[in-house]
Order: sequence, then C-alpha cells, then structure tokens
Amino acid sequence: MRGQWGPAAVVAVVGLFLLVFLVLPVVNVIYVAFQDPNTGALTLINFVDFFRTSLFQESSINSLYVAAMAVVVSSCFALPLAYFTSRFNFKGAVLIQTLGIIPLIMPPFVGAVAMLLLLGENGSVNLLLDEWFGFTIPFMEGLNGVILVESIHYFPFILINLSAALNNIDRSMEESAQNLGASGLRLFRRIVFPLAMPGYVAGASLVFLKVFDDIGTPLLLNVNNMLAPQAYLRISSIGIADPMGYVISVILVIFSLLALWTSFLALRNKDYAMLQKGGGGLMKRDLRPWEKAACYGVVVFILLLVLSPHFGLMLLSFGTVWSFSVLPDGYTTAHYVQVVSSSFQFISNTLLYAGLAAAIDVCFGTAIAYVVWRTRLIGRQWLDYIAMGAVAIPGVVLGIGYLRTFYEFNVPLIDKPLASWWVIIVVALAIRRMPYALRACTAALQQISVMLEEAAENLGATKGRTVRRIVVPLMAGGIVAGFVTSFATAAVELSTTIMLVSQESDAPLAFGIYEFMQSAAGRGPGAALGIVAVVIVGITTYVSHRFIQRKETQRTPDVTVVAGA
Amino acid sequence: MESENAAGVVIEGLSLAYDATDVLKGVDLRIEAGELFTFLGPSGSGKSTLLRCVAGFGPTPRGRILIGDHDVTRLPPWRRNVGMVFQSYALWPHMTVYRNVAFGLEERRTPSAEIPKRVKAALDMVGLWELAERRPSQLSGGQQQRVAVARTIVVEPRVLLLDEPLSNLDANLRVQMRREILDLQRKLKLTTIFVTHDQEEANTISDRIAVLDQGILQQVGSPMDLYDTPVNRFVADFLGSANLLDGRVEAAGEGARFVAAGGIVLPLPGERHTPGDGRTAMFRPQDASIAAAGDAGGATAFAGRVSHREFLGNLIRYTVAVDDKVSLLVDDTHQSGRRAFSVGDSVTVNVDTERVRVLTG
Repeated sequence: MRGQWGPAAVVAVVGLFLLVFLVLPVVNVIYVAFQDPNTGALTLINFVDFFRTSLFQESSINSLYVAAMAVVVSSCFALPLAYFTSRFNFKGAVLIQTLGIIPLIMPPFVGAVAMLLLLGENGSVNLLLDEWFGFTIPFMEGLNGVILVESIHYFPFILINLSAALNNIDRSMEESAQNLGASGLRLFRRIVFPLAMPGYVAGASLVFLKVFDDIGTPLLLNVNNMLAPQAYLRISSIGIADPMGYVISVILVIFSLLALWTSFLALRNKDYAMLQKGGGGLMKRDLRPWEKAACYGVVVFILLLVLSPHFGLMLLSFGTVWSFSVLPDGYTTAHYVQVVSSSFQFISNTLLYAGLAAAIDVCFGTAIAYVVWRTRLIGRQWLDYIAMGAVAIPGVVLGIGYLRTFYEFNVPLIDKPLASWWVIIVVALAIRRMPYALRACTAALQQISVMLEEAAENLGATKGRTVRRIVVPLMAGGIVAGFVTSFATAAVELSTTIMLVSQESDAPLAFGIYEFMQSAAGRGPGAALGIVAVVIVGITTYVSHRFIQRKETQRTPDVTVVAGA
Repeated sequence: MESENAAGVVIEGLSLAYDATDVLKGVDLRIEAGELFTFLGPSGSGKSTLLRCVAGFGPTPRGRILIGDHDVTRLPPWRRNVGMVFQSYALWPHMTVYRNVAFGLEERRTPSAEIPKRVKAALDMVGLWELAERRPSQLSGGQQQRVAVARTIVVEPRVLLLDEPLSNLDANLRVQMRREILDLQRKLKLTTIFVTHDQEEANTISDRIAVLDQGILQQVGSPMDLYDTPVNRFVADFLGSANLLDGRVEAAGEGARFVAAGGIVLPLPGERHTPGDGRTAMFRPQDASIAAAGDAGGATAFAGRVSHREFLGNLIRYTVAVDDKVSLLVDDTHQSGRRAFSVGDSVTVNVDTERVRVLTG
C-alpha cells in the first residue's frame, strides 16, 4: 500500500504507549489477584479469602446497593425532566439542558462535605425541620449520603441519553401509530417507551458504573465499607503486596465491563430510532396554566437539589465557622487568600497535568481516528478498542496497576521510581481520558467527506500535507471539544491520582481538596479550592464552546450536507 | 491558459476487485488527446471506479494506465497531474474561494508571484472573480460547481476528470452547466473524461462514449454510432428506447428473415444475414409507424391493440400489444389536430425493415 509508512509509525508509537501504560498494568493487576502471595503460583485462594471475609462481603453488598439505589434515585430526577422537555412546550427546557454539564464541572466528592453541612444530621435543613416540625430526615446517614451525593451528580447521564433518545424518535412514528389507531397509553407503551428504552438503559448503566467505581465520595463521607474505597485503603494502609486490593480490582473491572456491556447491548440497535430524518422529536403540546405551575415546581425542586452542593460549597468557602447552624456565622475571603498564597501549586499542577494529558489525548485521538478510518493498516481496529477500553478500567485499578508495575522501574537521570514521578500522573490522566478525546476526534473525522481529502491529493498534496491542510483544520472543532472534555474531567480526577501522588508538591487540585476536607479546619480552604476548580473548568468549557460555535458557523447547512454526501 | 500539455489516456486490461466482487473486468480503452470522452453506465457499472483508477484513488488495479507516454498505474494521486471535479464538488469549507483555487498551485510550489494571476485567470474564466473572498457555504450550487472546475483547471492538468458533476444541480442549471463545461473544454482543448449515468447528458456533450455494464466495457463510439448501431441489447436499451425481440434468423441471403415470438416475422433485406447470426432483433420506436386497423399494410404489418399511450410533446409513444407476450413501441409525431389513438384501439404497426438490426448479445 502506498503512503502507509507514516501511519504505521504512528500506530507503533500509540500502540506501545497503550500497551505499556494501559494493558500491562491491568494485566499485572489481574495476574497478581490470581497469584499466591507467598509462592507466586496461580491460585484462586485470594478470591476464596475475599468472599470469606465479612468486611468484604459487606462491602460488596454495600457497593451494589449504593450503585443500584443511585440509579433509582437518579431516574427519579431524570425521568420527569426528560419527559417534560420532550412532550411539552415549556420554557424550562433550556434550564434543564444546562443541567447536563454539571457532572463535568464538579466531581461528586467536592460537594460531599458541603452537602453534609446542608443536609446532614446537624445540617441546615434538618436544623430547620427540627425547629419547625420536631423531626429530622437522615438524608446523609451512612450509605444514604453516598447515594444522594452520587445521584445528584450523575443523574444528568440518564437525562442526556434519555432526552436524546426521545428527541430522536421521528414524529412520523408517533403519527403513523395514531393513524393506525393507537393513542394515549397504548401509544406510549408500544411506540414511545420501546424507542426510548435504549437511551435510558445506556444512561443508567453509566451511572451504575460511575458510582460503583467512585472512591472520593465514600471516603470523604467516611463510608469505608464499600469496594472501591477498600481497594484504596488496603493498598495505602497495608501495602502494595496485599492481594485483597487486587482481588477487589478484578471485581471492579468485571462490574464495569458488565455495565458497559449492558449499555452496548441497549444501544447496539439504536439506529432504528434515527432511520428517518426530518421532523425530529415527538409532538409537543402546550400546557394548561396549572400544569405549567406543577412542571415548574418539579423543575425548581430538582434544580435546587442539584445546585445544593455548589451552593453549599460557595457558602463554605466564604464562611468563617459553620457548625450546628443553618448558615455560617460570618463571611470572609480569608480562605481564598490562604489557598492562593500557600497552596497555589495545586492549581498550577492541575493546569499542567490536565493540560498535558489532554494534549496527549487529542494528539493520539486524532492519530487513532485517522488510522482507523482512513487507512487499511492491519490491526488498526485494535488500537481503537484498546484505547476505548480505558473506559472499563476504574481509576483505582489503574492506580494500583501503576504502583505495582512501575515501582521497580527507576527513571534514568532523575533516579526515582516511575510510579512516584509526577509524569506518571499525567500519563494516568491521559490514559483515563483518552476515550473522551478519541470519541470526539472520531466524530469530527467522520463528518469530513473523504472527497475533501481526495480533492487535495488530486491537486498535488501528499497524504501528510492533506492531513495538515485539510483534515486537521476541519477537525479543529472536534479536537478542541475533545481537549476540553479531557482537560475538564482530568482537572477534577481523584481516584487514580490519589494513589500516585507521592509528595504534596506534586499534588493536583482534586488531591488538595481531598486533603483539606479531611480536617474540620481545612474545610474552608478546601471549599475555596473546589470553587477554583469549578471556575477553571467552567471557563475552559465556555471558551471552547464559543470557539466550536464559531467554527460551526463557517459551515452553514448546505455545505454540511454536501460534505456528508 | 490553453493547454498544450493535453495528453491521451490509454487503459490496458484494467481489472479491479473489492473483496470478492469484480468491479472492473479487463477494460481496454484509448482516449485521444483533447477529446471529450464519456464513461456511461448505470450505477454499479464500474464507471466511477474506472475514473478513480485514472485519478489514482482506491486500491491499485491490475493492468496499466498510461497518461501521455507515462505509466501512472502505481503513482499516488498527487503525482499524476490529472484534475478531478468531484460529484459533490468537495470544496474545502474552511477556505475561501480564492484559497480553494490557490491550493493546487501552492502544493505544486508555483512561484508565489504567479499564483494570484493564475487564480484570477481561472476564476475569471468561470465568471466568479467577484466572489473570491466568499466561503463555499455562501455560494449557490452552480457557483460551487464553477469553483470546483476553476480549482481543477488552474493547475493545468493533463487530463480533466468529471465525476457526475451535474447530478447535484436542478434540471435547468444542468443544461446550462453542460454547455459551459463543453465550451470550456473546447477552449482549453483539455482531454476530458466525463462520467454520467444520463444518456442524454452523454449524447449532448461527448465526442465519444464508452458504455459500461457490470465492470465490462460494452461498446465505444460516437453518440450517434452507439444509438444507430448498438452491438448488444444493453447498449441498445441504455441509449434510448428500443424494441428488442427474441427470436432467430431463418434462411440466408435474400430470403433471410427474423422470426420472433407472437407471429412476428421481419424480412432482413441485404445479403448479410445467415441463420445463427443473433437472437435479438432491434428497431427504434421511430422506425415503425402506426395506423388504424385494417389500413393497408405490407409483409411487416402487425395487428395489435394499444395498451399504453405516453404523450411526449413532439410525439406520442404507443405501446401496442401484438399478443399476450409481445408488445411493440411505436412513435407517432404529434401535431395539433392530428388524430391520436386511444388505449384499447385496434391498430396496425408497420416496421421499416431497412432499420432492423440483429444483435448478438
């Protein structure tokens, strides 16, 4: 094949990176889980021990319970919102759409402490309830707290997927059912529900996956008897040789794969909802005044709940002392001053790490997308599968894998184990966020008609020049979107970095917040750091959004059609 | 900008298979320098694939392609110097019209002082210099088409390839662009290969046409040759309407005749036919005439009943059922006041036997 040397080199570099930093550590973790800690022989003894230990039995049940309940509670938030926006003419729709980016902007553990102060046993709401009605509600008691915090943060996954599924249902599907005599509940049961189901299942399995793997929230709420936190605690307290951490890792990976498989099965045939193009979305009807009031009531209630962590965090960051009271005793900017003056390295580290990781992600993402969709190299699909496979690897598992695999490896010149060098944090973040960037880059590339490239080659541009002058400029919007998604989520990532930070001067924001939040005195500065994180992520997201919009206006509809023809 | 470097194209034994399907099966063609040559065929005939082989896209085919005297079979697209205009124009949406047109010159390392002059000349030629700073999205379909042409001719390619360039335009614009392309081709004396599935388009602009079906070259010739003397059923049918009758040649020499189903016997004048010559008799609808039943008819008059009638403006096309299985198409010129037959009328069809051809395939 002509012109395949460049792509082949790219495949080699990207493939090696993925092999060393994704496949090898994960395989190592799995291998150790099946290894006798004393003899090194392959055995199932670790798993037998795991299932015999009551703490782990309890942790397994708790993790499953919390993840399942989080799906239920998230559904309670998401279903009404999705339904209102797709069925009714209703101004709240825009408001509800913006809810979609909330989990991007703040990871759940950041808001957890704030939630405790608002909804905990002695939090604002319960103090008021007790004063006025003489009872309290245990919102944040034990597992309840984890469920509530996670649901509030992750319900948009269901909302987004379900809304997309509902909006993809062509109006003519509903109309033809009506034309053939179906209406009301039968129409909903036989047409709308089956068409929307895949979107719901996809969203729900994502929520399950995220909650099952999360370690920051339970740790901060001091709920340790769950699987992911246990994995971290075993490794960090007992040591890297303890097999239980590895066993838990294997179980986490299995459940991740199951959740992803469910989502894959649900979405596999979703194309049928998009078969027809044209008047998208179901018929919307106007609301009667009281209905409108009821809708807004529900929306406002959910919105308040969803924004409560941000609100609480804001109060906490500006409050002096906030304990056993509805609101803080007084307000100050001291926490911000303290954070900026003494803990600035958290912020600069985060910008550096997340920036580098996101840059690696879009470079590799573009390269992989190009190789997969524009060349016929053998094995190119595997690059895609492996890079996307990072989705199934929980952060803790990757962290444990890195510690195990790279602790022995001393980096030349600086004479330090690779596992405790700051660069490994960048690598971990890059691997973890690669799927996001890859998906964005692939989508962008698929929108470019091959003919645009052929036209360039026809006029004398080589493959390399074509990539530089045509492909990359046209992908710019998607590349930026991929960069931002990677950057924003890497900036607030905790579950891998918590294992890999070896000294405070190397620590990123999320780790700093976590450290601060451990002590009562650190909550103010921790919250201030949290707000800084939200602002950073918010600004990057907004700026890139504007950039992408500007790019899009360059191609008005009729050219998009031509490019897609 | 007149092109002295127009080159002929020679295609020798070109075959190509995607996976297990043969897309091109041993195509041999010789296209003269300066000629406007058309690949005509239905979708799936391999005509676009053949064009892409000339441009260098897709897998390397077996056989040889020569442009001028150069074997380009294994050259990458960017080293062939053939200009291609794509079906959807493939204008780059992130560049202005000017930058689109300048692209090829830049890639060829044309001296930068020369580029603006040549871009202007090319855009002037298609009448779009005023729109040079627009983006493709701000142009109409016809304007995009012209930019695509300008972008290609500005590099003075040795061969110009046009891949169904008119299919995205509406009917009126199509006729206009067809003429513009033809004028431009004549003016530049560019060797041009035009791909289309539309026989009218092919007939109106081509010097010669190659008819393709299922990856096989069926016939090459001028539009009129192909229409009047098709070599097989496919060509006869694809270029205009035809009556195609199954049967066989009986007797030889003066008494030769074609015996078809439905009691149709067509005398074959001349001495060129012998039994076993071919199994299909072909004549065009205008090679027969229609008259009321019982009107005087010769040996080649067949009685039948009108089963369909299509009014085409200047003529009326009748389908006349001769029996259960055999129908004939007959054209009758139309003038106001002239009598027309209705569906169900009994009629007599007269065939002009001088025009009947016996086809082998």
